[in-house]
Order: sequence, then structure tokens, then C-alpha cells
Amino acid sequence: MLKTLAKQIGEFKWIAISSPLFMIGEVICEMIIPVLMGQIVDKGIYGKDLGYIGTTGLRMVIVALAGLLCGMLGAYTRAKASSGLARNLRKAMFDNVQSFSFSNIDKFSTSGLVTRMTTDVTNIQNSFQMLLAMAVRAPGSMIVAMCMSFYLSAELASIYLVAVIFLALVIFLLMKSATKYFKAVFEKYDALNESVQENVSAIRVVKAYVREDHEISRFEKAADNIYHMFISAEKRVIAIAPIMTATVYTCILLISWLGAHMIIGTGGVSTLTTGELMSLLTYCLNILMSLMMVSFIFVMVTMSEASARRIAEVLSEESSLTNPENPVMEVRDGSIVFENVRFAYNDTSEEPVLRDIDLSIRSGESIGIIGGTGSAKSSLVNLISRLYDVKDGRVLVGGVDVRDYDMEVLRDQVAVVLQKNVLFSGTIYENLRWGDPDATDEECQRACRLACADEFIEKMPEGYDTRIEQGGSNVSGGQKQRLCIARALLKKPRILILDDSTSAVDTATDAKIRRAFAEEIPDTTKLIIAQRVSSVENCDRIIVMDNGRIHGIGTHSELIENDAIYREVYESQTGGERDFDEKK
Amino acid sequence: MRGMPRPRIEHPGRILARLFSVLFQSYGPQLILVVCCIIASVFASIQGTLFTKTLIDSYITPLMEESAAGVTPDYGPLLAAMLRVACFYGLGVVAAYVQSMTMMYVSQGTLSRLRKMLFEHMEKLPVKYFDTHAHGDIMSIYTNDIDTLRQMISQSIPQLLNSAITIVSVLVSMIVLNIPLTIVTILMVAVMLTASTAATKASGKNFVAQQKNIGAVNGYIEEMITGQKVVKVFCHEQESIRGFDELNEALYESAFKAQTFSGFLGPINAQLGNVSYVLCALTGGALALASDLTAGGVAAFFLALVQLFGVLSVGSLASFLTFNKNFSMPINQISMQFNSIIMALAGADRVFALMDEKPEEDEGYVTLVNAEIRDGELTEADHRTGRWAWKHYHKADGTTTYVPQEGDITFLGVDFGYTDDKMVLHDIRLHATPGQKIALVGSTGAGKTTITNLINRFYDIQDGKIRYDNININKIRKADLRQSFGMVLQDTHLFTGTVMENIRYGKLDATDEEVVAAARLANADGFIRRLPQGYDTMLHGDGANLSQGQRQLLAIARAAIADPPALILDEATSSIDTRTEKIVQDGMDKLMKGRTTFVIAHRLSTIRNSDCILVMEQGRIIESGTHEELLALGKKYYQLYTGNKAKE
Repeated sequence: MLKTLAKQIGEFKWIAISSPLFMIGEVICEMIIPVLMGQIVDKGIYGKDLGYIGTTGLRMVIVALAGLLCGMLGAYTRAKASSGLARNLRKAMFDNVQSFSFSNIDKFSTSGLVTRMTTDVTNIQNSFQMLLAMAVRAPGSMIVAMCMSFYLSAELASIYLVAVIFLALVIFLLMKSATKYFKAVFEKYDALNESVQENVSAIRVVKAYVREDHEISRFEKAADNIYHMFISAEKRVIAIAPIMTATVYTCILLISWLGAHMIIGTGGVSTLTTGELMSLLTYCLNILMSLMMVSFIFVMVTMSEASARRIAEVLSEESSLTNPENPVMEVRDGSIVFENVRFAYNDTSEEPVLRDIDLSIRSGESIGIIGGTGSAKSSLVNLISRLYDVKDGRVLVGGVDVRDYDMEVLRDQVAVVLQKNVLFSGTIYENLRWGDPDATDEECQRACRLACADEFIEKMPEGYDTRIEQGGSNVSGGQKQRLCIARALLKKPRILILDDSTSAVDTATDAKIRRAFAEEIPDTTKLIIAQRVSSVENCDRIIVMDNGRIHGIGTHSELIENDAIYREVYESQTGGERDFDEKK
Repeated sequence: MRGMPRPRIEHPGRILARLFSVLFQSYGPQLILVVCCIIASVFASIQGTLFTKTLIDSYITPLMEESAAGVTPDYGPLLAAMLRVACFYGLGVVAAYVQSMTMMYVSQGTLSRLRKMLFEHMEKLPVKYFDTHAHGDIMSIYTNDIDTLRQMISQSIPQLLNSAITIVSVLVSMIVLNIPLTIVTILMVAVMLTASTAATKASGKNFVAQQKNIGAVNGYIEEMITGQKVVKVFCHEQESIRGFDELNEALYESAFKAQTFSGFLGPINAQLGNVSYVLCALTGGALALASDLTAGGVAAFFLALVQLFGVLSVGSLASFLTFNKNFSMPINQISMQFNSIIMALAGADRVFALMDEKPEEDEGYVTLVNAEIRDGELTEADHRTGRWAWKHYHKADGTTTYVPQEGDITFLGVDFGYTDDKMVLHDIRLHATPGQKIALVGSTGAGKTTITNLINRFYDIQDGKIRYDNININKIRKADLRQSFGMVLQDTHLFTGTVMENIRYGKLDATDEEVVAAARLANADGFIRRLPQGYDTMLHGDGANLSQGQRQLLAIARAAIADPPALILDEATSSIDTRTEKIVQDGMDKLMKGRTTFVIAHRLSTIRNSDCILVMEQGRIIESGTHEELLALGKKYYQLYTGNKAKE
């Protein structure tokens, strides 16, 4: 997991390595200062030597400047490396997602992918930055301070050693158990927010059933739960500070006591100076601060582990569909053949979604597909443009197995208007040109006329230059569907698939669109999935899907004769009377 | 928070005061205890710092001279002094522990209380609030604002308290030790603060740019990933990557600059601190020469200085311990801690703004009660009788009358607009007699859903009257009015919980058998039993693991179990395929029997058998009548459902 992430540091590798080195420089500078301070006390103050104080002071300033330089270089390299890592991570994920097949996308939920690319990357960026700043610095300053202490007095320094080991143990244990609680509490916390989210979006349901009090009591229970968990977690963290302070105080007292003995010495032989005692006390503070930092790093790394794992998952996901080695680059015609096709979304499911599909569609034919919810209508057409691969059998387009085509060539010739379709922010023209980047304004307008989208577009204040908001929120469902159809038409595909794409369009307009298709693009093979019989009854042939199998296939009148399901659907929609469309 | 520009807020003082009043209301005594502990800590800390001076001047130096003179030093007095200090230290540790424990209970309790207050208030807001505020914005009050408040209350404030304790005690010790040195120190601290403020200001531009670019990148990712399948279908991957690279590069540039600047602040402050040591050493040396300063004094002062700058630069270190998800706290910056408090106050501002939103008003007093006929007269019953009555209290003469709930609904010249300047309904007149099925048809935006919003008073009308069993609906208590309608909406919202719980939402005390019966009625029983855990299957994320059609079936079951006197079905079966719908329809018909029902649907089969079909266009009812009548009329309705031009 870390390897996958570390690879993304890429060109920032050397910068990232240099950053801790600068930090070590800064630490060394900082550690020299207490020694110089001790010397000032011993020689300057005791000796009342202002000149010595002056020269030592100058040395301190030089050391401080060196420290400043190192610190700033450290900050610069740290910022560069961490922002760079974030950039590379985002790019690598985005690029990889672009290569995802539909089944890869299904595996990660959309919102999950978005979180991984935004919040998780920010987490990693921040952790990495802190790691660069602290990972070397904190242990480094601890070690340097420790060495300096041992240099000054090995006996007294051993007190630190004992204290540090004791504290490290205590902090490690407390943090470890606190982290566990914090992890749990944040999961609960997310769940709580989720329930708020539900309440906000379902407020009509809550109000309609007068369930405000019910929701409030549910929320309060959850909030209390979180309160108690936070308390148990923070209790542990809070204990750390007093334990640390107590240890520091004990150290100070011990060192003062023993130090006093050493300074005073026996028989006029002192083994320590007052200034050195002061330096030692200073290091005491330094060492304990560093210890605190190390424990923070420990916590931080554990906390961002989840983010790292989620990112690594996206990065190491491999597209389940790949182009063949010598792809076919041309689609000869719009004929479609299914040969004994079996299909399932994942390998483990017992029941295949589609089975025993044998089907042959001529180029230019118009095919209606009808069937109940979950009868695998969408799954059937998704195989044609190789959005998914079959498990058994094969699908041929223009006489060639779809797996032999270059995917881009195939998908350019097989235009699908998906059931869950989206428009992107941008003008209507820009959205339409997704179909064909080189389309002229006239071509765009023609496509819109075919899709019956021209009327409402022209009524808009800025016509075709009207901006569509993100997700197409400023157009109605029916308008969105028609724009999506126009966008697909601009591809001038050999095969056009409409997956329930006119469900929000009123019957009259729906009929008009179908008529336009028949007249204007007669050579394109058209597959229309619909709920309404009226949407498909004029097709050359209609396929009735039931439970992953083809239940019946034929013209409208044939199916009325022979297919029980079709007849039932038809009757349920017309109430057994004659259909209105036939009244003309 | 790092990476955030300091937000502008109008009255930070006022918000803080309000926050503290929330705090004090429930935790007055605890806060007083905290203040006592703080004072004790400061006292102990001062004793500790001053001890160094005593140690050196009163014991070490004299004893050293004694030792040098060959006298065996007497450590007794030193031991006594140390024991005294040890007591002070002990007091300090205990006080610090009690203080942070108390603060923890106070802060977590306050947060919990704030959260509950917020949610409780939100539940009482009118539907209009939710329609006019982006759901993302409302959510961000919970996820972001409360979260920054959490950080402020449970981290920044205690840290600031601790820092303040140390700073105050260090300053007091310093003043006791030597006044001129203290003045030098204060001057240096002022220089440091000015320097870091200036640097923060200088980098402000970069932070703003970074923030803007983060927004742009996140927006792009969200849009493209949401439409990823469309991107695939149109082979638009390369274009999509190109657009992304541009934004990503811009973010990198600005993030790099912003981070560099904020990173500079740490070393600048640390080294300015070191320069102050030098200045103090020089001044101290000069003073020592002038002889009113002892070595012990200087040493103690240096230690105090180390402590002070330690607090200034490392005090915010505890912010690494932000167990929050974005570890965005600053390095080495106490001033940044103020920044995070300002951020939190901005959050608090939004939290309070929501709490200040006017809740839904309800001046209604007519209530819906179970009724039974006793002695030929309609009276209130204490159990479910399957019959309801409106309990109407007349203020004028102090009497209570019971009006049977029948479902007679009348609109009299109703005008309505979501905003006052744009009316969406004009002069709506309709009359549904008890048990009738009324269908509303028309194109999107014609005002069908709006009518249903008015019947159960999600919105109040501007003009005209709506009467329910001849009672003005304004007089009916909203909860009772709404309880009298079962609602099934096009966007079926399910809640996280089991299937069983979701259906039971319609009637909280329903038995398992009742739930199953309702599911059967809606024809949902079949698919529910096929789910992995049947009725105990957990639904997540608004029922995302079910198909749209299955969710609608559950919503219908939920309405069925409530067994309401009247029904509103807004495109309730739009996502159910026609075959299933036919089966559901039987259940629906059973459900609708004897209840006044408003149906909105675009599918002919759903509405054809309605008692009255109202055709709406641009906020007006343009045609009404039965299916046959309207077809014979040959106008809009005929046109809508045949796809032919209207018969002229």
C-alpha cells in the first residue's frame, strides 16, 4: 500500500529526501544554543566578562541565522514535496479512473471515488507534510539533546533516559487505546451525519408522517452515544499531559538535587558547573517536547492509514476491459449478433443476469425492447458497445466480435443514451459537441431538431449558448433526455441505443422523435428500451425480455398474438381498449 | 485551519458571547472549578520557576564556597526546600489534571447539546427552508461547522488556556526575577508577533488562491466522476484528463506557494526567539556587572525564556493531535490557533443562524381523534376505531364539537407562489368529495405537486381558502392534518435501517405481522423475501441497494401501514414497470378504497379510472372531468395521451 503511494512522489523524490536533512540542520543549530547559554552563565555572568558575553552572543546569532536558513529551506522543500505528491496522486487516480470499465466504476461508488480523490488526498498531503517536518526532527532533536546531555554529564543524563523510556511507554499505550476509540467514534460520527443527511433530503417524508419527535429522539440517542465515546477516548489523551508534567517535575527535582551535589562537590572538586546545570534543565524540556511530537506522529500516521488504503485501492485497480493487440479499426455496418450469450456482473453470483441470448439484428433495423424491472434490458444493450464483457458466447457488431475492436472505434459507432444520463456544466453547444467536437452550429441544431429539443432551446434567453449547470439542474428531466439524445445523434453512429431515454418526455413528443428517427436516419440500427408499449410498437421487431431471457421476439401484432407477457403489458397500458395511437 | 483565509465575520465578540452563554448555562460550577484550577496551576508553576534562582543563589553558591573552604556542606535545608517545591509541583499536576478533565466534560457536553439543539430546531423548520437552502449547505453546518467548533472547544480553547497559563506564570516569574530583562523579552515577543502577522497577511493572497483552486478541482472531479459512464460512452477520456490537468496544475502551484509561506513562519519565530536569548544575555551580563543580578537569577530567567518560547512555538504542537480527519492544524504557530478560533466562530455563526431560523408556526387547534358513535352521537375514542373525527374547540362558547373526518376537500380561488413576486398557481378551484380519486395531470412545472404541497400545508397559500371537511385547514393542527394524509412521493426516501423498520416508519407501534401485511398489500413482500436477510436486510444510503421500483414499493407499503384517512400519491408508481404496476395497482386500489386520494401521474393506466381528472397548465386548471369526458372534449388531455393534435 505505501509502496503504491510512494511511487507517486515521482519527480519530487530528491526534494522530499532533502527536506528532513534541512530539518536536521535546524535541530543541530537549536541544540547548540543551550550550550552557548550555559557558557554565558558560567564564564560571562560568574566571571563578569561582558566581552565574552558579546562574542558568545555573536556566535549565537550566527547559529540562529544558520538555523533560520535551514528552517526556511526545510519549509520550502516540504511544501513542494507535499503539494507535488498531492498533485501526482490526484492525477494518477483521475487518469486511472478514466481507464476504468463500467464494472470497475460499479465497484467503487461515485461518491466514494470523489472522496478518495479529494478528502483522502488532502489527508495524505497533510500527513506527508507533517511527516517530513517532524519524522526526522522530533527523534533527531531528542537524540541530539540526549547526546549533549550525556556529554555534559553522563550520570544526570541517565535520569532522562529512564524518564524518556517510561514516558514513551505510557504515551504509546495511552495513544494506542485512544486511537482505537477515536477511530470508532469517527465512524459513528459519520453515521450520525448520514442520518442528518437523510433527514434533510427526506424532510417531506418526516413531516408528512409527523415523525419529527421520533427523529429527534433517535438523533439524541446517537448524539449521546457519541458523547460517551468521545469522553472515553479523550480521557486517555488527557491523562498524558499530567503524567508528562509530573515526570518533568520529577526530573527537574532529581537533577537539581544531584546537580547541586555535583556542583558543590566533595572537598572542593566539583564535577559540574552552574551553567551546565542550566543547559541540562533546558535539554530536559527539549527532550520531553520531542517525545510529545513523536507520539503525535504515531497518532497521525495511524489516522491517515485509512485514507492511504483507499487511495491505493483506486491506484491499483486495473481496468477489466483492455483493447486487443491488433484491434479492428472500422465498423463495417450496423448489424448486431448475439451468439449464445451468458452474462453476469460478477463472477460469484449464482444466477446469471442474461442467459441463452441468441439474436440477430440487421443493419438499419429498428428494435424495441420491453420487459419488467430487472429483466436485464439494459444489461443486454450494454454488451453491444462493450461496456461489459460477456461471460460466455459472443457479441458481434458488423460481423466482428466486439472484443476485437478498438474500444474507441466501437463506441464511436455505437451511441448509447444511458438511463442515468448526465449533462455537464457548459453551454448547450459545448454539451452537444461531446458527440462530435467538430460539429458545426448547423449540425448541432439539426440534431436537436431530430430529438425535438430545438423548441425549448430556442425559447431560452441565450438559445444554444445557454449555460447548463452542473448535473443539468437547470433543465427539466424531459429536456435533459432530449439533449442527451441530440448529443448521441451528433456521433452519427451506425447503431443508436436509447435506454429508457424518453421516459420523462410526454407521449406526443416521444412519438415525434420516433417519427423523425424513421425518416431522417433510416440506415442507423436503432434499439429502443421503453416502458410504454406506444414507444416501441412501430419498431420493425420487438424483443420481450423476462428474467434475463428473451421471452418473445416479433412485430407488434405477432407478439399480441403469441406473447403472453407482451399482451399483458399492452393491456395494462390501454385497459384492454384499443390504443389511442391507432385512432388516427 | 491551514490553507484557509481568515474569514470575515461581522460580530465575533457577539458570537463568542453567545457561545459562552450556552457554555455557562449548563456548566457554571464546572467553569468556576476550572478557573480555580488555573490559578493553582499558575501559582505552582511560578514557584517552580523561581526555585531555580533559590537553588543556585541560596544553596549552590553558598555551599560551593563552604565546600571550597573545606567545610562539609549541610544538605538538610536544601532537601527541605526541595520537598516544599515538590508539594507545589504536586498541587500543579493535580490542578492541571482536574482542569482538563472538567474542560473535557464541559466541551463534549456542550457540543452534544449544540448538536441536539440544532437538530431539534431543524426538524421544526418549515419545508420552505429545505426547499430554499441547498442541502449541501445545510449538511455542511453539521459536518464542517460543528466539526470546527468541536476542534475549537475541545482543542484550541484548552490549548490556549494551557498556553495562557504558562505565559502568565512565566511573565510573573520574569517580573519577580528582573524587570529590565522582562521588558527586553516583551519587546522581542512584540517583534515576533508583528513579524508573523505580517507574514500571514503577505501569504493571504496565496491561501485565497489555493482555496479557490481546491474548490475548482473538487468540483471538476465531482462532475466528471458522476458522469464517468457518459465520459466512457463518448470516449471523452482524453479531454476529461486534459481539463483536469490544467486545474490540478494550478492547484499545485498555489498550494505550494501557500504552504511555503506558512512553513516559513516557524523558523522565523524560532530564530527570533534565539536572538532574544542573545539580547537577554547581553542585558543580563551588563546588569550582572552592575551587580544587582545574581547568576541564579540569570539562569532562572533563561529557563523561563526557554519555557516562554517553547510555548509560543511548540504550544500549538498539541494541535497535531487534532484527531480530525484533515490534520490541517498549523505548525509552530500560536497565531494560527487564533485563526482556527476565528474559523470556528464563523462556523458558530452559521450554526446560530440556523437556530435563529423561524420554526414552522402552527396556530391550528383542531385535532384529529379516533372516533366512535356512542348513543347515536360521535365522540372521541381512546383506541383505533378505523373512524376519525375532527375535535373542534370553539373558543367563543367554550364547547367542543366533533366533525366526522370524511375527506371532503375544497379549494376556493387559491393563489399561491413560492415567492411573493411570482405566482405559480392561479385561482385554483376544486372539490373532492369523500372517497373520490382526483387525478392531476399536466406537463412538468404546471403546478401539480404544488397543489399537494398546499393540502398538507408544507406551504401556506397567498389567497383563497382550502377547506377540509368544511374546516379551514389553517385551523387544523399541522401534525393532525398531515397525519390524515398518507403521502407517497416520486423521490422515495428511505432511511438507514432494516426493511422492517422502514415500513414501520408509517406506524411506529406496528407489529411484524402488520408490516408483512402492508408489504403484501403493496406487493413488496415477494422481493423483500428474496433479499439476503429478508425483512431484516439493512438499507444503506437512502436505499441505494434497491432499485427505484423496489423503493417505491416500500414507500407504498409505508403509506399503507399508516392506514391514513386520505392519500396523496405523487408519481408514486413512475419507476415501477407497467406489469408490476398492474399488480401493485390492485393493492393501491384496495388502499384507496373509501379514501379521498390525490394522484399525480403521467401514466394513463394509473389515472384513467379517476373520478375526476384535472388538467393543469401554467398554474391553472384548464380542463376537468372523467377520462371519457376529457377524451370526448378533444383538447389538451386528448392531445397529451394520444400524441395527436387537439381536435378543433
